[in-house]
Amino acid sequence: MTDLADLSIAAAGSGLRGGEFTARDLTDAVLTRAAITEAHLHAYLTLDQEGARAAADAADADFSAGTDRGPLQGIPIAVKDNMVTRGIETTAGSKILAGYVPPYNATVVDRLHGQGVVIVGKTNLDEFAMGSSTENSAFGPTRNPWNTDRVPGGSSGGSAAAVAVGSALGALGSDTGGSIRQPASLCGLVGVKPTYGVVSRYGLIAFASSLDQIGPFARNVRDAATLLEAVAGFDIHDATSYRGDTPDISSLMDAGVEGMKIGIVSELAGDGIDPEVNAACRHMYDALSDAGADLREVSLPATEYALSAYYLIAPAEASANLARFDGVRYGLRVDGETTEDMMSNTRAEGFGPEVIRRILLGTYALSAGYYEAFYGQAQRVRTLLRNEFADAYARVDVLVSPTSPTTAFAIGEKTSDPLSMYFADVCTIASNLGGDPSGSIPIGFDGDGMPIGFQIMAPALHEAQLFRLAAAVERLAGVDARPALATSEVRPA
Amino acid sequence: MSDWEAVIGIETHVELQTKSKMFCGCAVNFGAPPNTTVCPVCLALPGALPVPNEEAIEGILRIGAALGCDLVEDSLFHRKNYFYPDLPKNYQISQYDVPLCIDGHLEIDVDGEEATIGITRVHMEEDTGKSVHGSDTGRIHDADFSLLDFNRAGVPLVEVVSEPDIRSPEQAREYAAELQRVVRTLGVSDVRLEEGSVRFDANVSVRPVGREEFGTRTEVKNMNSLRSLQHAVAYEIQRQVRVLEAGGVIIQETRHWDEVQGTTSAMRSKEESEDYRYFQEPDLVPLHVDAAWRRRVVASLPELPAAHRRRLAAAGLDRQAAETLVDAADLADMFDAAVGLGADATTVANWLTGDVVAYLRRNDVALEATAIAAEHLRDLAAMLANGTLSSTAAKDVLNYVLDGEGNPAEVAAAHDLTQISDEGALEAEVDRVLGDNPDVLEKIQQGDMKPIGFVVGQVMRATRGKADPQMVTDLIRSKAGMS
Repeated sequence: MTDLADLSIAAAGSGLRGGEFTARDLTDAVLTRAAITEAHLHAYLTLDQEGARAAADAADADFSAGTDRGPLQGIPIAVKDNMVTRGIETTAGSKILAGYVPPYNATVVDRLHGQGVVIVGKTNLDEFAMGSSTENSAFGPTRNPWNTDRVPGGSSGGSAAAVAVGSALGALGSDTGGSIRQPASLCGLVGVKPTYGVVSRYGLIAFASSLDQIGPFARNVRDAATLLEAVAGFDIHDATSYRGDTPDISSLMDAGVEGMKIGIVSELAGDGIDPEVNAACRHMYDALSDAGADLREVSLPATEYALSAYYLIAPAEASANLARFDGVRYGLRVDGETTEDMMSNTRAEGFGPEVIRRILLGTYALSAGYYEAFYGQAQRVRTLLRNEFADAYARVDVLVSPTSPTTAFAIGEKTSDPLSMYFADVCTIASNLGGDPSGSIPIGFDGDGMPIGFQIMAPALHEAQLFRLAAAVERLAGVDARPALATSEVRPA
Repeated sequence: MSDWEAVIGIETHVELQTKSKMFCGCAVNFGAPPNTTVCPVCLALPGALPVPNEEAIEGILRIGAALGCDLVEDSLFHRKNYFYPDLPKNYQISQYDVPLCIDGHLEIDVDGEEATIGITRVHMEEDTGKSVHGSDTGRIHDADFSLLDFNRAGVPLVEVVSEPDIRSPEQAREYAAELQRVVRTLGVSDVRLEEGSVRFDANVSVRPVGREEFGTRTEVKNMNSLRSLQHAVAYEIQRQVRVLEAGGVIIQETRHWDEVQGTTSAMRSKEESEDYRYFQEPDLVPLHVDAAWRRRVVASLPELPAAHRRRLAAAGLDRQAAETLVDAADLADMFDAAVGLGADATTVANWLTGDVVAYLRRNDVALEATAIAAEHLRDLAAMLANGTLSSTAAKDVLNYVLDGEGNPAEVAAAHDLTQISDEGALEAEVDRVLGDNPDVLEKIQQGDMKPIGFVVGQVMRATRGKADPQMVTDLIRSKAGMS
């Protein structure tokens, strides 16, 4: 019999409704899986076993009473530790928030609670979501379930590892420059960054406010859609929340790709992309073409400057967003002779080197005399990029590319070279700068058995097109492997 | 001194009296115990986001419209970055290059000399918390500890920036006073200087008369009354002139007004001043105020102080009475109501701005807490006009009515204050006094008018003040054959 921890959300949902097992059984299976795998992976910063079991019991009581709060009732889900949870420590992977227990819930957390979700715990991340490997966590790195010598990607590496290994059936991550899609790619999962504004950011500890979006990790496209539908929708507490009707997400998933116009981004198909990744993507383009899709190359020259623009805009916003961590009201405080000393001692001690690097970069980019040359110029590139994407979307329904230029790299491989680490985002950041939806779908493995992800980008609010192609890619790829850690008899280390 | 001209601009911060704060639902309540009107947003807890308060936007639009500003359809919020313990986010949400209101003006009048002061901009921002420093001096340098109260953090704050059009300390004071009147008339803030709900900073420079270019300016802060604003500006002008005449240069800096010493001193110089690294607030979308909203705001403006003063002057009121009424909405409303019922404007204005104000002050009550009504004033004015009451008696009646003793007719009867204007009765009294003082008539006939007052006084005494003095005077004159 299948271990319940390996069920998809959809299968677990029907098992619960069919009375085959209880939410408590399911949660215990997931917690058992976590007990075995955590020593190898460190996917979680906080496992809330007690809260998870209580939520599972509550879901079971609802099932018994005939109350159905939707497809996620009783489903164990993990939440990245940069979304605040009332009564549960929330650190954003930073020493400056070690021990911080928020008094309120992020809107997404409230929505999950309201739908009877079992929140398993808070997952590891690069400090304040700044990184592409989860090695920048102040509490130690997360490892890739497919090979524990490799990184899971980042910054939502903990969420990706948990879902891949079965210590959660799905997870929420946040994506500022690729922080959902790149770890999804590196861990063989479906990961989606929705249109900016579709999911509330209220309670998401901000990295770069104009780029941050919350989205789902799941083991298949349908589960990802279910989780996204559960958290999407206007929120009065987020002024950048989309006020219109929540976009359709899943209605076209069975529509197939016949006649769908798909643009292959030329700039993301050659130099700098690993040959095995390129080959897998090309193979998928052929399969899509065979299935009746209309594929063509689309050139987006501004993507060449997207990375540079991103690494000015994101740090600039971060330099202000992270100013509130000053030792005055909460979190770490390191005393000093004066209030100013206290603040600077706290920040010097509490922030890790990558966070400090980005605060300095961002502060510099906004400084008098440099603003126009750096921040102003980056905003102009952002506008140019948006215009190019708008032009492209006038001709094609969706754009495709690899998600990550490489498969999972070795732990420690890029930590001493920030620029090569920044390059991990090269395929993903355009969607953040444009605010458009984008997702990663697993399409195969490299020679080392590491997953390869396929990126689909769609125009703003056209999630339905994204999921339509994602479902087709999933069917065509037919990837059905699980990491060894999830399937073999691994003993607690 | 006369060789120099002062150039002054004033930045005014007005705290709006909205129900809730600028970017969260916390109550605006200045009397609340420390840190009780706070939430994740105004404490800048991790993850919290701002949402603009529509009531505050309405408030600033009213101020902007009242100052004749253009109301900008899509204005932008920016972050102003600086570290300070009472600033929870360590940035203030403010407006920078595209504020909500631009290009307005305010008319002022100092001793009959009128001036138009340009308004550069009116923009929306949020207030900080308050620091209390644990030291004898209350200043941060000697403090062992500091306490923070975030109740004020996030209260809507409107900044009004004037053009450097002000030329004297007196104009500076009048500009501030008139701006306060305008804002108070709009009902969006109580604009109390002593409570900090309005704060004025002055940018001051001097230049030789006739020169176009501005001199180097200083910014003077910490004035907590209109008087201290005027004194601080006057002091700073004199200081700058002294420095320049001694061959020195003015340093661009912020200066602190010391109320006790009556001097300004340097706080921080421009060299040390911070780079605020303004950038557009990514947590907020551009603030859209559509044409219908802008039209509605302009259409709903109340009568503004300048128009009000003009109307009162046209009704015959002197400047003093007009200003008193403009500054006190309750008195002005009562005035309008009584005049609307047909009462004489000057009479009612004199009562309201004299006797009634004195009564309210003496008893420390508000007008609405007294028993007076507009009908009372109309009746009282009529009784004065038709001679039923002397002007002295009318004032007594007014006070009894304010005390709640009844309407003017009842009060006058109860206190036996009705004037004797029965000619026969008065003539008998006049004859009696003249009979007792036989030389008086003769003196009057010889052209000495002084005894008339004596006779009137005697008649008034005999009638306990109820005689109509004009009628008595006329009787005496006619008896002296002067008519």
